[in-house]
Amino acid sequence: MVRASVVLTCVLGAIAVAGCGNRANTLPDFESGSAGAGGGSGASTSPFGEGGGIGVFEDDLGDRQGLLNELVVYFDFDRADVPPQYNEMLAAHGQYLAQNPNVQVRLEGHADERGSREYNIGLGERRAQAVRRVLMLNGASASQLSTVSYGEERPAALGSDEEAYRLNRRVEIVYR
Amino acid sequence: MIRMRNRPMGLSSAAAIRTVLGLLLAVFAAAAHAQLDITVRKGLARPVPIAVVPFGWQGSGPPPYDLAAVITADLGNSGRFAPMAVRDMISRPTEPAQVNFQDWRVSDVDALVIGRLQQTGPDDFTAQFQLFDVIRGRQLLGFRLTSNRANLRATAHRIADMIFEELTGIPGVFSTQIAYVSEERSGETRTYRLIVADADGENARVIAESNQPLMSPSWSPDGRRIAYVSFEGNQSAIYVQTLRTGTRERVSMRAGHNGAPVFSPDGRRLALTLSLAEGNFDIYTLDLATQVLRRLTDSPAIDTEPTWSPDGETIYFMSDRAGGPQIYRVSANGGRAERVTFEGDYNARPRISPDGNELAVVHRDRGNFRIATFDLRTGRLKQVLTNGLLDESPSYAPNGAVLIYATRERGRGVLATATTDGTIQQQIASGSGDVREPVWGPFPRP
Repeated sequence: MVRASVVLTCVLGAIAVAGCGNRANTLPDFESGSAGAGGGSGASTSPFGEGGGIGVFEDDLGDRQGLLNELVVYFDFDRADVPPQYNEMLAAHGQYLAQNPNVQVRLEGHADERGSREYNIGLGERRAQAVRRVLMLNGASASQLSTVSYGEERPAALGSDEEAYRLNRRVEIVYR
Repeated sequence: MIRMRNRPMGLSSAAAIRTVLGLLLAVFAAAAHAQLDITVRKGLARPVPIAVVPFGWQGSGPPPYDLAAVITADLGNSGRFAPMAVRDMISRPTEPAQVNFQDWRVSDVDALVIGRLQQTGPDDFTAQFQLFDVIRGRQLLGFRLTSNRANLRATAHRIADMIFEELTGIPGVFSTQIAYVSEERSGETRTYRLIVADADGENARVIAESNQPLMSPSWSPDGRRIAYVSFEGNQSAIYVQTLRTGTRERVSMRAGHNGAPVFSPDGRRLALTLSLAEGNFDIYTLDLATQVLRRLTDSPAIDTEPTWSPDGETIYFMSDRAGGPQIYRVSANGGRAERVTFEGDYNARPRISPDGNELAVVHRDRGNFRIATFDLRTGRLKQVLTNGLLDESPSYAPNGAVLIYATRERGRGVLATATTDGTIQQQIASGSGDVREPVWGPFPRP
């Protein structure tokens, strides 16, 4: 349970950093103890279970926390394939979900504002499905993953410039 | 004699607009924040000079409504007329016998409107008007309309419609309504509203409100209902709301996206987009009475944004099956889809003109998104009608002569209109927030 609470804190922190602090209803819900139930599995945690090597444990946890803190995948213009720099991060999330089968995640796809609105819903969904496939390749099960696309309806960044567009072409991983 | 037509959907009473929504909050009697103002950005080079003389009044107390002012604003905002200011009028006749055509010829006025409003009961009125051809010195129109107090404004729009049609040959759309979506941000809170207003932007009323996106409104052909998409509960669903009562029915909340609803011309079915569990966007029809769902496309690409041909036989939609978005059509009974547009690398959100001859789309034009029309008989691009950066959501007025669409002005979403011949453009500004996704309602029913 110590691990669970540490992860929870970081996930909350990451959400605030990602500028999603308004979504009180989408905060991850770890209170079921699912993390605890899954705890102990996975190579990086076994030294802790044996009571030794606490420094090693913290380093490993730190890396994984860092990856689990990352909750947004950004996409290139007009693309729905997950850029390779997110492989490690999504692997961490996928493995975490595999270890915690009671944890549910909603993948929220988004697009930039250019073009028509319902087509942008389609593009956002295509991106959410791409992230879903990568998470499943890393062990998450279909029943843990739902998708929704908001298209251009809920931009993360306001404005009509390239930087805003880049920040808006995204999939947000929302732990429920 | 013409009796005043009833308003299309009985929005006149705040009490009539009630909703029983879960997450959605219903409805304010009026939404001052959503009021729209019309500016003509580009008009005819030689608009018709017209004078609308203030109406005479026979009744107790001051006149209850300035009909002439509304008629003047309607005709002026259309971009086809140049109304004369009241202060410039040499004479102010209210009866045909008082008209001296020479007064108007020297003022270079081509058309003259005079009228009277008479009280016939505590809440009942009769409006009479005449339209004259000043050059030939003869009457073109003369009608009497009866109205109750609440419908006086609608009576003025109706008179403007009759004058407009007599002088242009095009049915007026001043008595119609529009629906649109507004979004306001306050800190981290977003408020999305679905609003119905008169075509001149007045009488704006919120019919649905949510902190999650509302989008893709579509009128039923009788103007009594609006279908739309709501993301309340972090999931898309399609609702059909009856305007008179404010009650609504959730008609689709399947897995995946439930989007892009459009009523069939007979009002019995919706065309819509579903992605279902596998996340593949395809076009369906849903029979509203039987709930029977029919799949029309089955492509791994994104197929969405369906719309009906006026005869209800064909559904046009957007697909990126060939790479970029282009317009396709398929029989409303299913079958093989056929590509319609070949010019440009981005054509999306199709709408068909009321006569079935023309297609309006969002078209990428040298990197900018603009409204363009295609000739459906030849398949060729007809005209790029707008010159914005992010123009979207074209919707035909029921007379087919004007399109309303969404554009950006200094970073804010605003509405605009363009005549389909490209000669006239209006901008319709909102008091605050972003407004978008305008849809033009049908002609009011007699």
